[in-house]
Amino acid sequence: MLIGNRFPSTVQVFFTLMRMNKAINFSSKLIIKRFQGGVYLKDEKASSRKRIEDAELPSKVTIPFHQHIGTPASPIIEVGSQVKKGQKIAEATGFVSANVHSSISGKVTSIGKNLYPALGRASIAAVIESNGKDEWVEGIETHDPDLLTDQQIIEIIMEAGIVGMGGAAFPNHVKLTIPEGKKIETILLNGAECESYVTADHALMLEEPEKIIDGLKLVMRVTKAKNAFIGIEKNKPDAIDILNKAIHSEKNIKVVPLKVKYPQGWENMLIKAILHKEVPPSKLPLDFGIIISNVSTTNAISNAVRLGHPLIERVVSINGSGIVKPKNLRVRIGTLFSELIRQCGGFSGEVGKIIAGGPMMGFSMSDMGVPVTKGTNNVLVLSKDEVKDLQPNACIRCGRCIDACPVGLIPRTIALLAQKGMFKEAESYFPIDCKECGCCAYVCPSKIPLVQLIQFAKTDIITR
Amino acid sequence: MQESKLLTISTSPHIRDRDSVPKIMWTVVISLLPAVFAGTYFFGLRALLIVFIGTVSSIATEALIQRILHKKITVYDGSAAVTGMLLAMVIPSGVPLWMPIIGSFCAIAFAKAPFGGIGYNIFNPALIGRAILLASFPVAMTTWQLPLPMQAVDSVTGATTLAIIKEGHADHALSIWNLFIGRSGGSIGETSELALLIGAILLLVKRYITWHIPVSFIGTVALIFGIKELFGDRDFAMIMVQMFSGGLLLGAFFMATDMVTSPLTKTGGLIFGAGTGIITCIIRIKGGYPEGVCYAILLMNAVTPLIDRYVKPRRFGISRKK
Repeated sequence: MLIGNRFPSTVQVFFTLMRMNKAINFSSKLIIKRFQGGVYLKDEKASSRKRIEDAELPSKVTIPFHQHIGTPASPIIEVGSQVKKGQKIAEATGFVSANVHSSISGKVTSIGKNLYPALGRASIAAVIESNGKDEWVEGIETHDPDLLTDQQIIEIIMEAGIVGMGGAAFPNHVKLTIPEGKKIETILLNGAECESYVTADHALMLEEPEKIIDGLKLVMRVTKAKNAFIGIEKNKPDAIDILNKAIHSEKNIKVVPLKVKYPQGWENMLIKAILHKEVPPSKLPLDFGIIISNVSTTNAISNAVRLGHPLIERVVSINGSGIVKPKNLRVRIGTLFSELIRQCGGFSGEVGKIIAGGPMMGFSMSDMGVPVTKGTNNVLVLSKDEVKDLQPNACIRCGRCIDACPVGLIPRTIALLAQKGMFKEAESYFPIDCKECGCCAYVCPSKIPLVQLIQFAKTDIITR
Repeated sequence: MQESKLLTISTSPHIRDRDSVPKIMWTVVISLLPAVFAGTYFFGLRALLIVFIGTVSSIATEALIQRILHKKITVYDGSAAVTGMLLAMVIPSGVPLWMPIIGSFCAIAFAKAPFGGIGYNIFNPALIGRAILLASFPVAMTTWQLPLPMQAVDSVTGATTLAIIKEGHADHALSIWNLFIGRSGGSIGETSELALLIGAILLLVKRYITWHIPVSFIGTVALIFGIKELFGDRDFAMIMVQMFSGGLLLGAFFMATDMVTSPLTKTGGLIFGAGTGIITCIIRIKGGYPEGVCYAILLMNAVTPLIDRYVKPRRFGISRKK
């Protein structure tokens, strides 16, 4: 009887210990799998779970020669030239640059300065009028990657003008060319898509998971990475499922569901969330043996290597309260925003803002005549009543900007010093670390334009 | 292209959180209402009248000063209302009706406006107002009404619980429950800790205050009085008495947490709270006044810039030790 009584209690103790251990493991995971700061945005992804539609063939495209980080490509066509779909129209100058291709077949009608949907600057662009034939240029050929060397794959990627398609538009061949002495361990595939409204990557993950994984495997191959993680925010369970199915036979690729928190999709936050490492401001992910690629980018890599297609189209989500029918469209590079808005049913009311990119880091446009570029993932139309003329009040020192800052800055102090022109003093608060994610300005109850003022301080330090 | 001329251009972010300064301040006003109503219940309608006068005169003072200085009238942001309300809540209900007017005037005219108005003041204006009143009218400011249900026929005023303890009459049977719900003498807003906690929960839920300052403040007071009892009478119920009496909860949840005059960071808040707790205890145990919360917060307000200078968030990717 004595043993009979003692026995269950021993088992109970054992199980309790097991449970405690599990709980501790679980909670430590919870603690690690998030980054400090950030904000919870309202889920406004109206265009999610809408199938990708092919946009109408544009009658005219405007293709800037400088769609990427680095030096602009230089044109190799003239006004009056006949071009075909996929034909190179501007060539990379230097290593950190990218080729630009025509996205339609037709005639170059002008080359000149044109509005560009990022950084508020103009870029030299070619205007091409379609001949309606949509003919591919000669020499587009399919490849079997198994028969190619790593160097050949990187060359194909370079030739195809592929850049990071998550927004930064960094030339991809540069990323994939690993400098002497560095080794790549891990590839992080970014499917977080943490900005509200934006759904282009989500739609692509649902519809072309095989291509995304194929591109990822090519990236892993040329960088000799041992493993890969695909980071997807938990608000996209369908994408997590589909990609999990797509990788079921891959041992070294894992899908990691991530907490829904902006800016989860920023490189350093992704590294923190998945690999629990913090990349300091002076270092690059490369120094930690990590390369980060976007799902749209690996999709484009697969298209370039297997099908020989240069980067001439991409998926763009068009949404916001100012648009009648939010959509995910497969769009030729160079298609004007006005054209996309028309295809989404036009404006639903009075328009306040048209934004290239997401609401947190996108650029507001002065004109609808701007083209989609390689880095445009979203077109957001906000209605007039959503765009308020915010009158900033004095800082009430609530400290919310500090809590929200993912890089651990004191935004209000930098802003205050910048406002007074005290840039030397501002420098000791490290405005250079700021990635302009916008969390501080988003939470500020006094509506102080914190990002703008920090940009002001940064510009002064950089140009000094 | 005419349509495009109407587009708004600005830097990102293009969406903002809905919270604003007026929303925060008016929510603080709402969160103070339970304590005001409790004060009215225990001290009569005169208490409500004093809070009303304090609030209105605070708003009027701010408007008047802004008018004279040709500044934008910003009384709608609610910050002057909060100041006036808090001031009226830390004075007894028996004071003459002109006293809250003077207090509110001093709070705004000396502690807020000269520094540049909302966001720039160094000291909590309501507490400066109270400090001035206490220095100028010590008798009126320390003649506390007994709650109506406790008043005997010929005694309508009495000492607060803290004053009783201070004078060594701790043998008065102190009912902690009475203290907690507010059936004890004291200032209008300090009397019911229950009502204060209801308001504090609203602010915590809305995230307009965080737990850091109140917990470290009250925790420090409890700890110090715990140690005192441990080496003294071992009457640990006194810890509860210390926590529920005087302006501790009002101070910890509504005054020490004032965004403008407390540290920016949460770690800074913990230090601020601990400092306030220590000073409160020193005044309560050794000082000439029975209550120390007011001066403790004011003294720590002065230290806030120093705390902010040394307590900074950790930069991403940079170890703190370096």
